[in-house]
Amino acid sequence: MTDVHHSHDPIDLAPGEEDEGRIGPRLIGYVVGLGLAILLTATSFFVAGTDLVWQPSIPVAIIVLAIAQMGVHLVFFLHITTGADNTNNVLALAFGILIVVLVIGGSLWIMSNLNHNMMPMDQLMKMQR
Amino acid sequence: MSVTTMTQDLHQVRGLEVTDHPGPAPKRIVTAYGFWIFILSDMVMFSCFFAAFAVLSGETAGGPHGSELFNLKNVAIETGCLLLSSFTCGMASIAADVRNRLWFHVSMAVTCVLGLAFLFIEFREFADLVARGAGPSRSAFLSSFFTLVGCHGLHVSAGVLWLLTMMAQVFAKGFRADILRRILCFALFWHALDIIWVAVFSVVYLLGSAA
Repeated sequence: MTDVHHSHDPIDLAPGEEDEGRIGPRLIGYVVGLGLAILLTATSFFVAGTDLVWQPSIPVAIIVLAIAQMGVHLVFFLHITTGADNTNNVLALAFGILIVVLVIGGSLWIMSNLNHNMMPMDQLMKMQR
Repeated sequence: MSVTTMTQDLHQVRGLEVTDHPGPAPKRIVTAYGFWIFILSDMVMFSCFFAAFAVLSGETAGGPHGSELFNLKNVAIETGCLLLSSFTCGMASIAADVRNRLWFHVSMAVTCVLGLAFLFIEFREFADLVARGAGPSRSAFLSSFFTLVGCHGLHVSAGVLWLLTMMAQVFAKGFRADILRRILCFALFWHALDIIWVAVFSVVYLLGSAA
């Protein structure tokens, strides 16, 4: 069993690989991950369709729930942890998140700024005539 | 407070200097790490599609809005399929690590069925949209919608093909070291697709029907 899972050097873990070698705890990890993911998904579908919540808070709530669920997937399914054997994987992930945030945030920021500064479409059409 | 932490740090530094020079990492780590980099760049590509969708989601050119088009019940079923398939994919990883062929094939087959169910529902949704005159050429919003969701669907299709390949390879060759590496990469890919789907159903469907 030990040589099955820990045949590699103990100081590093491949991404997606678990520190834990026994079946029981690994199984529980996946069950907990699935439970949390279903809970978060159900909450976001509920929040999207309900009148019980203050309406302007709904988009924020959906985005926060989505980020939380991505975290759950990363920890319980992809086994990205803060352990010393995972440093390389976490650093690569952090760089990826940086680029994703820059691309999405930057696009939204620039485009809303352009929209804000652009003349309304009907006036623009008049000028072209 | 700093005395204890400093001595610990010194111990760690000494440990690194004296003992920890194991040479190049084992192939399993190198392969999976390289694939992890690929997945992260795939996510960067998806982030461009998400940015395009977020910018264009209001540009319906007089055509239908998301709230008129999306059927959230279907999306919930699709989400359930992918979540469960991620779980069964995890079961397949465990089965591969303990070299249990039967459980590996059972879990992979369930994963495959769930993936195909997801693809079927998504394809039906696309066909329905096109039939209602809301195809990708209708508006900028629909173009970006079909690009983003379709790109995820293509990834799932590729994942299903890869899954069947892995089942065939384990069937024919058993749990060899190279095949175990491929299974590890496949599991990474499949779980990553699930993460992207979380962003898709939140941003595209839930925010799209709320707006």
